Amino acid sequence: MSSTAVVASDSDKDLWMGGNEPLKASYGKLMMWFFLLSDAFSFSGLLIAYGMIRFSHPAFQGSPDEFVFSQEYWPIPEKVFEAVPFLHGISLPLVFVGIMTFVLILSSVTMVLAVEAGQRMDRKGVEKWMLWTILGGLAFLGCQAWEWTHFIVGTEEGGRLLDGTFIHGANLSQNQYGPPNFAALFFFITGFHGFHVFSGVCLNFLIFYQATVGKLEKVGHYEMVEKVGLYWHFVDLVWVFVFTFFYLV
Amino acid sequence: MSAEHHEESTVVVQPVDKAKVRLFMKVTLILFVITMIEFAIAFTVDAGILRTAVFIALTIVKAFYIVSEFMHLGHEVKTLIWSILIPLIFLVWLIIALIYQGGQVLLVR
Repeated sequence: MSSTAVVASDSDKDLWMGGNEPLKASYGKLMMWFFLLSDAFSFSGLLIAYGMIRFSHPAFQGSPDEFVFSQEYWPIPEKVFEAVPFLHGISLPLVFVGIMTFVLILSSVTMVLAVEAGQRMDRKGVEKWMLWTILGGLAFLGCQAWEWTHFIVGTEEGGRLLDGTFIHGANLSQNQYGPPNFAALFFFITGFHGFHVFSGVCLNFLIFYQATVGKLEKVGHYEMVEKVGLYWHFVDLVWVFVFTFFYLV
Repeated sequence: MSAEHHEESTVVVQPVDKAKVRLFMKVTLILFVITMIEFAIAFTVDAGILRTAVFIALTIVKAFYIVSEFMHLGHEVKTLIWSILIPLIFLVWLIIALIYQGGQVLLVR
């Protein structure tokens, strides 16, 4: 009796309001896919704009060892992002952003394990892995807060603006590291991504809560975990591109 | 009340799908190794078109594994795969147009 109830709710899931599901995907998952496609265009717009603005500025000519911050040319990213918390004054290019990348990839892995647990109706497993995913997301946001603070406060050597003023750090109109556009793009791109991470953490928490109180078990399936999972992997995917185009290239 | 209790206790938890978890671990390892290779290249090879091309290629490999395995798109029906991938062709035009435009802005600056 009870097993037929589970089967009935399963086949309900396969039906849209008027017939069979197209593309063998449920309504929610298909709509999530098309939302993510549109979101991919938003991020592509930002990253391609970065490429255009970078190419419209002169590049630094000469050996990377002699690089100094200047308004005259685009900075070399690994010379800008070389600080790591608690290791003040030591030049560790891209190490911290590498740690952030692994944090986000690992939280993607725990999310995929939560989805797998959900498909087996394993409530304890969903709770455990969703919690790890949320913690990973929060750790990433914490890292980004530190990264932003360091970027805004600036380094001890500071930099000189075109009008001769000497400043430390950066904001939307002034930037010690190079042309103001570099800082503006940093805030826009990592900020837009960070906001996605933040909303992802909120959605993950909502689904974690619904799993914990047994709501999803009562519904009969854990498809919501798969839907927020798609969003969460997308956030990870975007970071892979931001990492390459903002930090590595 | 008793009916509800009855329903709860009959949820059957399936055993862990070991093959699936092994696949996820394999993908994690691949992503980790590729990122490490990117780091190695960043610190040993001088900047240039070749290095940038390698970075972009490795990024696309990583994106493929995330989308195909983690997001499960590789196991969906073909029509769904193509309806997600084909619209991205528009980006090719945008990249070419804006990168060219950027170079022109530099010339008149």
